[in-house]
Amino acid sequence: MPILIFADHDNASLKPATAHAVTAAAKLGGDVHLLVAGRNAASAAEQAAKLAGVAKVLLADDAAYEHALAEPVAALLVSLAPGYSHVLAAATSVGKNVLPRVAALLDVAMISDITAVVSADSFERPIYAGNAIATVQSADPVKVITVRTTAFEAAAATGNAPVESVAAVADPALSSFVSAELSKSERPELTSARVVISGGRGMQSGDNFPLLEAIADKLGAAVGASRAAVDAGFVPNDYQVGQTGKIVAPDLYVAVGISGAIQHLAGMKDSKIIVAINKDEEAPIFQVADYGLVADLFKALPELQQAV
Amino acid sequence: MKILCAVKRVVDYNVKIRVKTDQSGVETSNVKFSMNPFDEIAVEEAVRLKEAGKATEIVVVSIGPAQAQETLRTALAMGADRAILVQTDVTTEPLAVAKVLKALVEKEAPGMVILGKQAIDDDCNQTGQMLAALLGWGQGTFASKIAAGDGKVAVTREIDGGLETVDLKLPAVVTADLRLNEPRYASLPNIMKAKKKPLETITSDSLGVDVTPRLKTLKVAEPAKRQAGIKVPDVATLVDKLKNEARVI
Repeated sequence: MPILIFADHDNASLKPATAHAVTAAAKLGGDVHLLVAGRNAASAAEQAAKLAGVAKVLLADDAAYEHALAEPVAALLVSLAPGYSHVLAAATSVGKNVLPRVAALLDVAMISDITAVVSADSFERPIYAGNAIATVQSADPVKVITVRTTAFEAAAATGNAPVESVAAVADPALSSFVSAELSKSERPELTSARVVISGGRGMQSGDNFPLLEAIADKLGAAVGASRAAVDAGFVPNDYQVGQTGKIVAPDLYVAVGISGAIQHLAGMKDSKIIVAINKDEEAPIFQVADYGLVADLFKALPELQQAV
Repeated sequence: MKILCAVKRVVDYNVKIRVKTDQSGVETSNVKFSMNPFDEIAVEEAVRLKEAGKATEIVVVSIGPAQAQETLRTALAMGADRAILVQTDVTTEPLAVAKVLKALVEKEAPGMVILGKQAIDDDCNQTGQMLAALLGWGQGTFASKIAAGDGKVAVTREIDGGLETVDLKLPAVVTADLRLNEPRYASLPNIMKAKKKPLETITSDSLGVDVTPRLKTLKVAEPAKRQAGIKVPDVATLVDKLKNEARVI
């Protein structure tokens, strides 16, 4: 049976996370179909059609799907699910919101945040903030799964799948979109950046984040933060890297003024190279860092900006 | 409006967990347990809604072992009015918990259910969404702000790109994210008072819900360990290593 992936997009373009879910789906065996549910979402569907390994794109274009509200989108997915062995989505805020609703409506268990496909019915997923890895097996007729994007490479944009329209289903009309406050940035997206530089409580104030941003701009990096820095109001919530924030695994992760609580490590410890800059040499972040620099960040950061 | 909150007893967030040597699970004996931090935020929000005159009664529910009574007492000490323990020794999965909660919602008829967005043990992030689905209610997940109005609630949600606000018809399910509030510490007089608040213990069978797990855990293993690296003396050495040894910049 084919596999259905629920695409994450903003109508104009496909989120990079979806390309990682395609790679996970390819390991399950079966044709991969991608559902793009949106409003005026033809260009997102076109990008979806280019992902290698996608056999078909389903486009449900309707006003009810413009903001990916969980209630109407889950109703649509449930109507399509009987033809599929698996329903997947990237574990983004949209996937995490919608897929459990789909699973419950199908009366099946859900498997969150898989990091490996063992077989078509068995998967690895992190528990306890990544301090243990569980292998779970599902006997349900449809497996509903979110995919941790850092654990799977992105599918290449070398495909050319047909786009087929599917009809909208009745909107349960339980919710409505009011507004969105999206952070605007010229820098790469945190979850897909090659280099991430994050600040923690040690930054002392949001006014000091430009010290990180100046380095980020030289390296083409995204800027992240620990929970402490977000809770203190230094930066907005979408900067948060950690167990319950964003999970990142860039080639280079630079942790500045971050002590390294397990909840933060859960979000970045799969990075290829980790650099820690902290004035406390006992900080637990040094236990996972490839290169540790014990220094006052207010001295080290301007030097680093000069040197890179 | 009555509010129902669900709380889970989990291994305390400060505990460094250990995987059992037979790979059957995580060591939970002689380990400190606490209320799931996100559920604490959910209870706090319910108490604030009551203090603001928007809620009339707070019923707090836990599904778990007998010791979850302590978790419920904590919620009562924070300001919940009464508690229900659905006692089971089975490892509960989100779908089973959602079914139990649905049965209780049908009995209690709350105007809103508030839960934590995720339990920090299984890290599933499913129960609230599943409950909303089973009830046919709207869902406001990852909430950083709740504004209860007449017949509806505006929920501001933490999403990948920033914040999003949705209106939900009441009754509805809301799941709490980190920035919704900062939970209070229960005062000693309130802890004493909580001991006298009603706490009812029932079984999932009495609700007619099957809580048998659907997923089979084949094994639980330690994650790959990172090798500890080296300390560098200065920024120049760091940049040299990144350029010439790690070759990442």
